[in-house]
Amino acid sequence: MVEHEDEQSDDENHEPTSFLTKYVWSQDHKVIAVQYSLTAIAIGLVALVLSWLMRMQLGFPGALEFIDEDAYYQYATMHGMIMVIYLLTAIFLGGFGNYLIPLMVGARDMVFPYLNMLSYWVYLLAVIVLTASFFVPGGPTGAGWTLYPPQSILQGTPGYEWGIILMLTSLVIFIVAFTMGGLNYVTTILQARARGMTLMRMPLTVWGIFIATFMGLLAFPALFVSGVMLLLDRVIGTSFFVPEIISLGDPLAYGGGSPLLFQHLFWFFGHPEVYIVALPAFGIVSDLLSVHARKNIFGYRMMVWALLAIGVLSFIVWAHHMYVSGMDPAFGFFFAITTLIIAVPTAIKVYNWVLTLWRADIHMTVPMLFSLSFILTFVFGGLTGLFLGNVVVDVPLSDTYFVVAHFHMVMGVAPIMIVFGAIYHWYPKITGRMLHGAMGQIHFWVTFLGTYAIYFPMHYLGFVGVPRRYYSYDEIDFIPESAHDLNAAITVAALIVGAAQLLFLYNVFWSLRKGEKAPANPWKATSLEWQTPQTPPAHGNWGKELPVVHRWAYDYSVPGAEEDYLPQNMPRQPFEKSGAHDPHDDKPVTDLQESDK
Amino acid sequence: MSFFKTVTSKPWLDDEAAFDAAPGGGAGTLKTKRVGLFIFIGVATALFALFGVAYYMRMMMGGWHMLIEPTILGANTVVLIVGSVLMQWASNLSTRGNMRRAKQAFFAGGFAVLLFLGGQYMAWQELIALGCYADVNPANAFFYVITGLHGLHLLGGLFVWARALLRTVDGADDAAISASIELCDYYWHFMLLVWLAIFGLLLST
Ligand code: HEM
Ligand SMILES: [Cu+2]
Repeated sequence: MVEHEDEQSDDENHEPTSFLTKYVWSQDHKVIAVQYSLTAIAIGLVALVLSWLMRMQLGFPGALEFIDEDAYYQYATMHGMIMVIYLLTAIFLGGFGNYLIPLMVGARDMVFPYLNMLSYWVYLLAVIVLTASFFVPGGPTGAGWTLYPPQSILQGTPGYEWGIILMLTSLVIFIVAFTMGGLNYVTTILQARARGMTLMRMPLTVWGIFIATFMGLLAFPALFVSGVMLLLDRVIGTSFFVPEIISLGDPLAYGGGSPLLFQHLFWFFGHPEVYIVALPAFGIVSDLLSVHARKNIFGYRMMVWALLAIGVLSFIVWAHHMYVSGMDPAFGFFFAITTLIIAVPTAIKVYNWVLTLWRADIHMTVPMLFSLSFILTFVFGGLTGLFLGNVVVDVPLSDTYFVVAHFHMVMGVAPIMIVFGAIYHWYPKITGRMLHGAMGQIHFWVTFLGTYAIYFPMHYLGFVGVPRRYYSYDEIDFIPESAHDLNAAITVAALIVGAAQLLFLYNVFWSLRKGEKAPANPWKATSLEWQTPQTPPAHGNWGKELPVVHRWAYDYSVPGAEEDYLPQNMPRQPFEKSGAHDPHDDKPVTDLQESDK
Repeated sequence: MSFFKTVTSKPWLDDEAAFDAAPGGGAGTLKTKRVGLFIFIGVATALFALFGVAYYMRMMMGGWHMLIEPTILGANTVVLIVGSVLMQWASNLSTRGNMRRAKQAFFAGGFAVLLFLGGQYMAWQELIALGCYADVNPANAFFYVITGLHGLHLLGGLFVWARALLRTVDGADDAAISASIELCDYYWHFMLLVWLAIFGLLLST
């Protein structure tokens, strides 16, 4: 399937002319990126609305009559799956990956443009199949986004009829789409870099996307395997995962299957997946901080190593999601250790971000605000992860709102902050217009403060013991009255944050027409995508000549330079003696080489 | 450059000129396709390995009966080996520039895989005739799923093979054909290895 080769070789530089080939069946990575992003945002809006509905039920039980138990579980399931897979994974890799990789490494396009186009259309098909489950008899599945069998495929779970079948089918299709895209991203980075662009000169954004894609290529097969097997259990009655079950007094035809096998497969995918979403955000935030603080990233090599280490380690921590599945304590001990170890490279990254900001020339632009909030939120969620990583702490907190708070902080809010930061940052390049700054500021502050109003109290709810995935808490005695009031307050905050996102969307569409015209390099950034001859970049990206790279991507505020940044394709200047610039300090590099020995 | 050297380089310190010479722009070349193919092989390896792990884990649980291996599998294995050998031969011939014979071997190598797929279909029929359905024994279910996916991967390979053949008929130049031959060659070997692993797994349990 990889071998769709030759399409590009003959028509590489022929610009498509008709509307259809230019914007619909396009093989241009920039168009595909926009297609991916818009589709992801559209389906993400559905998930956002579902979250409002859930919050209404939790904050004001019974206020919306059409939300019954089944509907609540269906909303929760679809919300989680859409946000994790169809929004975040798709927008970071299919969206930003597609747009930024060729531009940042100095290529004309992805190396397999036809496959790239196919990837988008197959992704769209996955989204359509998923959306279809809202309209079939029985509605979408309500199994929870983890889809644990046996309940996910047995009668009594909403969506038993068609919802679960469509969900699994859609996931399998998504994985096919991802594989086609992923092969492209990785191969392009390995093979199509401009002259002088060594791996260690790539911006960290590309590194983050690169490693996340690799992880996806190795982790998604686990979801594929479990998805196919679960589908067969449901459709033709195999017993991969379903044990003997007596339902309403009658034994079912299943026997001997292992629900734990599913959990292992699912989390072998599921934990890497959380880093698949996190690593591109790590990469992007590094670049945003450096650009908007006019300083080189602190510890570039360490940043790359940390990404690699996280990528490897995240494949051996999966069972920390299964502490309460009845595992051998020795097993739990092993996974607690690996889970705590992964915090080390993660912490290194955080230190380096903070040190990048140390005595920097911080511009409080909207992308910078989002980046700062990312660091704060990610640290917050990472710390609660350390709590949950310990078996004895996790057991009482498992399946409570503490877990909900943890993963929303770390994989919900933090990466979304970077999605926004990145859109505010690259929008001028993509569209040629600036986003409206004041609207951006309002959007930021409401989102930032609002998400804390939502998730901060959830930690407390978790400590009180409020379980997650409950439709109603009315008849549970140990839950105090105050928890209900808190839930109402959270709902109000959630609706306000939701409204702020509509303002963002309005800004995106308004600025397309009325936004201030953007210069080619509004942030005075060094990386190649800002050095294209046209803005937005034309088909083929670079005009006649491919760029040649002479330096890394972080030459900001170099002493002796006229401007406070040196683009990657700028040849070496007379004032640069032996190397460009030392990453650890502001001293010129010659001093360091001595002390480095 | 070795991987270790790459990730320890300090392009901002050392003599910059050495790095500026790093070659760029490889879209559409054979090397790029080869890299893409190898990465895909990595993904497929993960996929089949995970099925193998699942097979072992499920085997330890209840309701598992030994698989009755279809008798035709041995013959199918031979056919697939022949296909792989033919592809290798085609590749050797094309590097030596003997394109006419190379194309013939290439054709035969793909044809062997078609035969193999026909044989696998008969293996399925054999099991079905014995009443070994997927829902009566998880070992059967694994057999259908794994051989089915293996077959789908082979079909993907055959798609590329068929397109290359069509282009031969259209009179494409030798370089393009020999590139296709080389890529198919790798893929055929890989799919043979996967099959041998599957077959070994089935025989040993
Ligand atoms: C130092 C870092 C981290 C540690 C130690 C950690 C630890 C844990 C543990 C032990 C759980 C299981 C809790 C339970 O179910 O009882 C968990 C859940 C979760 N974590 Fe983390 N985590 C870390 C970072 C992350 C990151 C970076 C993300 C995403 C970007 C993430 C996303 C999630 C999600 C989505 C869940 C819940 C899955 C579910 O049950 O539905 N975590 N984490
Ligand atoms: Cu995890």
